[in-house]
Amino acid sequence: MRDVSIIGIGQTPVGEHWDRSLRHLAYDALAAAMKDANIEWADALYVGNMLSGEISGQAHLGPLIADFAGLRGIEAVKVEAACASAAAALRQAYIGVASGLQDIVIALGVEKMTDDVGSQLTAGLASAADADYEVIHGITFVALNALIMQRYMYQYQLKREDFAGFAINAHANGAGNPNAMFQQPIRKEDFIRSHMVADPIGLLDASPMADGAAAVILCPTEQARDFTENAIRIKASAVATDSLSVHDRRDPLWLQAAEDSARKAYRQAGVGPQDIDFFELHDAFTVMSALSLEASGFAERGKGTWLARDGEICLEGRIPITTRGGLKARGHPVGATGLYQVVEAVQQLRGEAGPNQVANARLGMTQNIGGSGATIITHIFERLDL
Amino acid sequence: MPLMKPKIETGIIGYGSYIPQYRLPAHEVARVWKEGQAGLPITEKAVPGPDEDTMTIGLEAARNALARAGIDPQEIGAVWVGSESHPYAVKPTSTIIAEAIGATPHTEAADWQFACKAGTETIQAAIGFVGSGMAHYALGIGADTAQGRPGDALEYTAAAGGAAYIIAPAEESLAIFEASYSYVTDTPDFWRRPNTHYPSHGQRFTGEPAYFHHVLAAGQELMSQLGYQARDFQYVVLHQPNKKFPERAAAMLGFEKEQWQTGLLAPAVGNTYAGASLLGLTAVLDIAKAGDRILCISFGSGAGSDAFSIRVTEKISAKQGLAPLTQNYINRRVEIDYATYARYRGKLQMH
Repeated sequence: MRDVSIIGIGQTPVGEHWDRSLRHLAYDALAAAMKDANIEWADALYVGNMLSGEISGQAHLGPLIADFAGLRGIEAVKVEAACASAAAALRQAYIGVASGLQDIVIALGVEKMTDDVGSQLTAGLASAADADYEVIHGITFVALNALIMQRYMYQYQLKREDFAGFAINAHANGAGNPNAMFQQPIRKEDFIRSHMVADPIGLLDASPMADGAAAVILCPTEQARDFTENAIRIKASAVATDSLSVHDRRDPLWLQAAEDSARKAYRQAGVGPQDIDFFELHDAFTVMSALSLEASGFAERGKGTWLARDGEICLEGRIPITTRGGLKARGHPVGATGLYQVVEAVQQLRGEAGPNQVANARLGMTQNIGGSGATIITHIFERLDL
Repeated sequence: MPLMKPKIETGIIGYGSYIPQYRLPAHEVARVWKEGQAGLPITEKAVPGPDEDTMTIGLEAARNALARAGIDPQEIGAVWVGSESHPYAVKPTSTIIAEAIGATPHTEAADWQFACKAGTETIQAAIGFVGSGMAHYALGIGADTAQGRPGDALEYTAAAGGAAYIIAPAEESLAIFEASYSYVTDTPDFWRRPNTHYPSHGQRFTGEPAYFHHVLAAGQELMSQLGYQARDFQYVVLHQPNKKFPERAAAMLGFEKEQWQTGLLAPAVGNTYAGASLLGLTAVLDIAKAGDRILCISFGSGAGSDAFSIRVTEKISAKQGLAPLTQNYINRRVEIDYATYARYRGKLQMH
């Protein structure tokens, strides 16, 4: 198995791109990444996306985007794992290069949510849950997470404001990211006063729907220097799954797939949580941040919110998270998010994170969650001093 | 594209408004649909009574305009009504009003449609009609009895009301049109097919790509070609589907609260659709002084904006009191509950 590195990154700003289509958004990110990597051709393209079929009436994104990007004929396929689609695309790209079957591979995540509105979008997102046993009861994706948050608050005697730190930190960091959807900080009062979306999830607990595309270029580490001085090594790549439905989980308040994929990743990298300099976790909802921190080994069970309360998650803290705004402030174009996390991790490790720079960042971790925790994909990246 | 200025300078010789007396508080809508838990976009909206419709509203406003104009209705050469709730799909509202005010039979008459900008369409056309010498006076009306789909976000604000303007040569006018401008694109943010009762809309798509894009484009073009900044206007009146949009758009054009406050009626009466910006303009004219300059920008979904730069003359002070002030209609309120509103608006199926 070959060692794999990232030699180029690209992203579009995250926002409501009413006038950009799926293929245009994808092209913008892909072209930027290819330029960053100084390449004009690739062996394969893996496209992460969740909703293109239902929302835009467009499946079959692999050849669509390859052709539109001037790469007609290459191996290209769409990869889907709900909100973990983009990290899943990266995983496939990683396997392609590590196996020796492919050399230069593009992993792209793209999502165009503003091609529809209202209930159709809600129904599309709900397809991340179990259609026959969860959705049939009228659950929406927010409502499902609200049930988890409700139980979590009950179990650990928490108040809504105990989660405020996650949102405040995300927005504070989003303010320093020119590609973020929301670039204004928020205050605790804003969080407490925000309207309920699905009790106890308020508007500022929940990440926004958005459009965007992000891409990375992979190659074998041994070839990286041919393309860039700025290669970032993929030190670990791990996927784990769990039951699709929350009610089938062994413990609904424990992200087993996060524990499993993080453990595999730590073992591959030969590191532990204490060695991680920053963690781009999947803060689709504030409760997910708490659960991710616990299952990935950064906090004791039930104490995920303490890290937010005690400031340990901010840029200068023990374990900085959502360093460029996270899903909450940078935005959550669902099938593309996983690669935004990776692009941001690469920026950190290259020292290109501007006002959001984590000092001396050497080892970064990303974690992308599909659905309520049924697919969790963890990667660890390392600065490569060539 | 140069600004729109007719060969003969025109203005407003009479204006009038009408708002039905019933009010449905927004918290009532929230009580029924959201267990009282919702952000309220306005305080309350005007609801037409069982015997009111776009025609009766337009007619009252027209009578008020005539009272202020003090002209012989036989001299009106065109009667135009813009609405998205004309009582008939085929049979003009305008001929009913024209006959009721005594303007028939020697007159042009027609109904107009462009969602919420149908009212200002009639003003643009009237400026052209009078400005070309085709008629001495032309009456333009914007009025609506907008229907809100039960449970939809727009139900809080879909309201009823209207305003009428008699356009005349500038030298007879209480306010003069310095120039006007129209800006349209094919943008389907809000629409209704003929056989459906309630409109559909693109939710967040109705914001930046629709309302803001067109209002700002029309306003900026008009202001820049006239060489005006926001501070050159005493008042600005924008289309007002709610409270937030016009406040934000006004700020983006450089206006302060004192400039947009008077013309912003939506919090008290809701979105009167084709009547909205024209009604806001009547509230400003009710208190304006000679020399005041007013910027008025409408917005109609589908989409487009008409923008007008208006200069008030010394004739205004003698005219303001000749008909009820818009504030009088706003103050004349009878609060109703959701059930009464459902009955008045024909939402209860009796069989």
